[in-house]
Amino acid sequence: MSVIQVTDLKKSYGGIRALAGCSMSFEDKAINGLIGPNGSGKTTLFNVITGYETADSGQVSLRGQDITNAKPDKVFEHGIGRTFQITRIFPQLTVLENVHVAAQRQGFVAQARGWDSTAERERAMEVLEFVGLARLAPEIAGDLSYGQQKLLEFAFITMARPSVILLDEPAGGVNPSLLRHISDRIRALNSEGVTFIIVEHDMEFVMRLCDHVLVMHQGSALTSGPPEQVRADPAVLEAYLGAGPKKGS
Amino acid sequence: MTTTEIAPAGAAAPEHVPYRPPRPLRYGATAGLLALLIAFPLVFPNPTVTSIGVFTMIYLIAAIGWNMFSGYSGYISIGHAAYYGIGQYTVALITIHAHLPAGWGLFGLLPVAGLVAALASIPIGFLLLRVRKHTFIVLTIAVMFIFQLLAFNLTTITNGSGGLTLPFPTWTGDFFNMPFYYVGLLAAVVAGAVAWWIRRSKYGLGLFAIRDDEERARGLGIKVTRTKLIAYAASAFFVGIAGGLYAPFVGSVYPQFAFDPTFDLAIAVLVFVGGIGTLSGPVLGALVLIPLQQYFYLQFGNANLYLIAYGVLFILILRLLPGGIVPGVTSAWRSRLVARARARQELAGAGGTGPEGAGPPGGAGPKDSGPKDTRPGAGQKDRA
Amino acid sequence: MLILQAIIDGILIGGYYALMAAGLTLVFGVMEIVNFAQGILVVLGAYLSYALYSHLHIDPFLGLLITLPAMFVVGVVIYWTMIKPIRRDRVIMSLLTMFAVGTVIEGILDLIFTSNLVQITTPYVNSSVQVGSLIFPVIYLYSFGMAVILLSALYWLLYRTKFGRNLRATTQNPTAAKMVGIDVDRISAFTLGIGVSLAAAGGMVFGSTNSFDAASSYDLISRLLAIVILGGFGSLAGALVASIVMLVIEDVVAVVWSPTWGQTTFYLVLILVLLLRPQGLFGRTAVRAQ
Repeated sequence: MSVIQVTDLKKSYGGIRALAGCSMSFEDKAINGLIGPNGSGKTTLFNVITGYETADSGQVSLRGQDITNAKPDKVFEHGIGRTFQITRIFPQLTVLENVHVAAQRQGFVAQARGWDSTAERERAMEVLEFVGLARLAPEIAGDLSYGQQKLLEFAFITMARPSVILLDEPAGGVNPSLLRHISDRIRALNSEGVTFIIVEHDMEFVMRLCDHVLVMHQGSALTSGPPEQVRADPAVLEAYLGAGPKKGS
Repeated sequence: MTTTEIAPAGAAAPEHVPYRPPRPLRYGATAGLLALLIAFPLVFPNPTVTSIGVFTMIYLIAAIGWNMFSGYSGYISIGHAAYYGIGQYTVALITIHAHLPAGWGLFGLLPVAGLVAALASIPIGFLLLRVRKHTFIVLTIAVMFIFQLLAFNLTTITNGSGGLTLPFPTWTGDFFNMPFYYVGLLAAVVAGAVAWWIRRSKYGLGLFAIRDDEERARGLGIKVTRTKLIAYAASAFFVGIAGGLYAPFVGSVYPQFAFDPTFDLAIAVLVFVGGIGTLSGPVLGALVLIPLQQYFYLQFGNANLYLIAYGVLFILILRLLPGGIVPGVTSAWRSRLVARARARQELAGAGGTGPEGAGPPGGAGPKDSGPKDTRPGAGQKDRA
Repeated sequence: MLILQAIIDGILIGGYYALMAAGLTLVFGVMEIVNFAQGILVVLGAYLSYALYSHLHIDPFLGLLITLPAMFVVGVVIYWTMIKPIRRDRVIMSLLTMFAVGTVIEGILDLIFTSNLVQITTPYVNSSVQVGSLIFPVIYLYSFGMAVILLSALYWLLYRTKFGRNLRATTQNPTAAKMVGIDVDRISAFTLGIGVSLAAAGGMVFGSTNSFDAASSYDLISRLLAIVILGGFGSLAGALVASIVMLVIEDVVAVVWSPTWGQTTFYLVLILVLLLRPQGLFGRTAVRAQ
């Protein structure tokens, strides 16, 4: 079952084609891995899906609904959350406040009430417990270490209970034990029905964690399948190492 | 690569040092300050002194109002004099054309002045808030000058450079300044209350998120344009009220003093000095700098020295303490408390030999990185 | 006919405005700072030319040989003392710092020269050349010529020298420029120096064609900023085109309607353009995300 489908997405920056007719389909309720050499367009694809950049042409659909070029807040409303390669949190707010930002409220009057409402606080602490940052709730987020900020970002993304979470290089700059912790959290959420799409370079991480792996190369989809299959695919190896013996050294 | 560890659930939690003084202290200080301000003209009834007091109240209202947008959203406006002037002209024009008796009713016009300024700010804000922050800053000044030009040129309405004269209030003599002072103080308290309320509301949290990372905030569902616009209108409202108080107090309205870039400079400097983005920063800045400014103006009468002094002060603050005095002092104080807490913990043997490492639990405790600047929920004294 | 005259006036005046605006936009392109003091620096240049003329009887154009280098040094000093030390939030902090610096300079100038309006009244300021029914004030012809010379020199500097190449590299990517060994600080200081001396050149003309005092800086900086925003921050071509276009529009409106509405149109055009194109005419669109 496809949760997010992109069809023939094109995106260029001047002369550079970041996405050259990219079509792929991400499996619902699975942990999808998105890999590919540098410059293959992975982050651009994320940016286009989540509305931080607009596609030149092509389509993005969420469970059949067209969300092409929807703005980031609309994308979020559809239930898609994302993290960034360089962690983006709110450095001047406390950890707790960071999480509360993502708590959604409807209506004008509700906005006027205090941000620290009981119901939301329960959920916020629940989310912080989940990632292991509960004790740091009153600390200013900018004071946290890099790994802790990554967890914080992960935390507030889950606050609004998205059905799909896009993670952009969650393993970047993170030590093994924290990485295990993150993998556990991903699996735990996945078992509750959250779909993941993870861009990563750390092959071990991807192969261990993901149910379904998609490979990008030069702005379009190369292949996809279960981890072992993709890992053994010679085309994938070629994409990473260059065109191989044909190019000449 | 950084080595980060999350301390396992059982490890001793680092003692959290609060970012602000305890609530009783904050509330007490605010009440005390309010009492002082109420008593002030009664203790110092000299008209020269109370006149300084009135100007201080005017700038205080404007500073709190300015800060609730520029400080809370990070969009620095150096053109809010537009709304100051609109407030002045609103009160002047209504008073003159409606032939209002120059009595206490004059103060009823203050909310009207604020409202007119706020209404004017909405289309302006809508246009201006679409651009990036540095373009925004520049545009605010352009808008201010448009209003100044209009004031000079729409002579049938504004009497151009001839200015407008308001009828004098019915009370005079030594008592003259008192009503202005107390009405101003009341307006300042209202402004402060609104600023405080914004800060603790969900709306305000969205505003601060925008200040930290606008796109990120948008991506988490915050209605960015609407949020910024509301703050912009609210700040225009209060700056308009400040203008509306200024006009009848001074008795006349001229384009170059209504739409005055020096006003913008003064507001920006005093809020920056006090602590931009904080609740008490504008209060500190206004209460300290405006009396000084007025005093020097009375003593030396030279507007240039005041320009030079403000300019130099601004440069110094931007260079040395851009967060302002209130955050600077509070974080220095907090650093001491944190150091003491850490020493206490080490004495108590909280540091283990596990992955946390010696000393403060590795990675699990926040790094103490020195003076921080503005943050909404931390590190400042509240007014209320 | 009147309109044609207005258009020509606009083009000629736009010429020296382009100098001042070029200084502003170049500085932004290289260092991402908005030199808010450009207006008062123009006035400073005007006062310098005025002082040289009224006390030493040095013709303002010749006086540029003194004022241009002097103002260049002023720019470099401002960079080293005010801009370079800024570490965080470069764009906003530098804007506010330059705003403050401008205020201080204004205060000092007002103190020295008081608020009496002055003007550099060389004998040729009032003479003009007549072609048919069109009048070309001589001062504007000279200044346009000077603008052409200076802007050509700037173009040559930017596109035909190694320094210029380094400068353009810094504009595009300061970090990369540093990595290939370009002394970004030196380039930045130099650029601010150029920007300020261009302001001085414009100031000389401004002071010859307008009666001015220290407070004239506000109107100037508003206009220059409007021009640079219109042309796109960092775009020299944009500054050039926008200067001429805006001055022509203003002059035409002034003639057709009234001089005061001409001034207002200036800003209204700015707002209109920004409604339609928030990045200005030539500027790059804000890049989202990281």
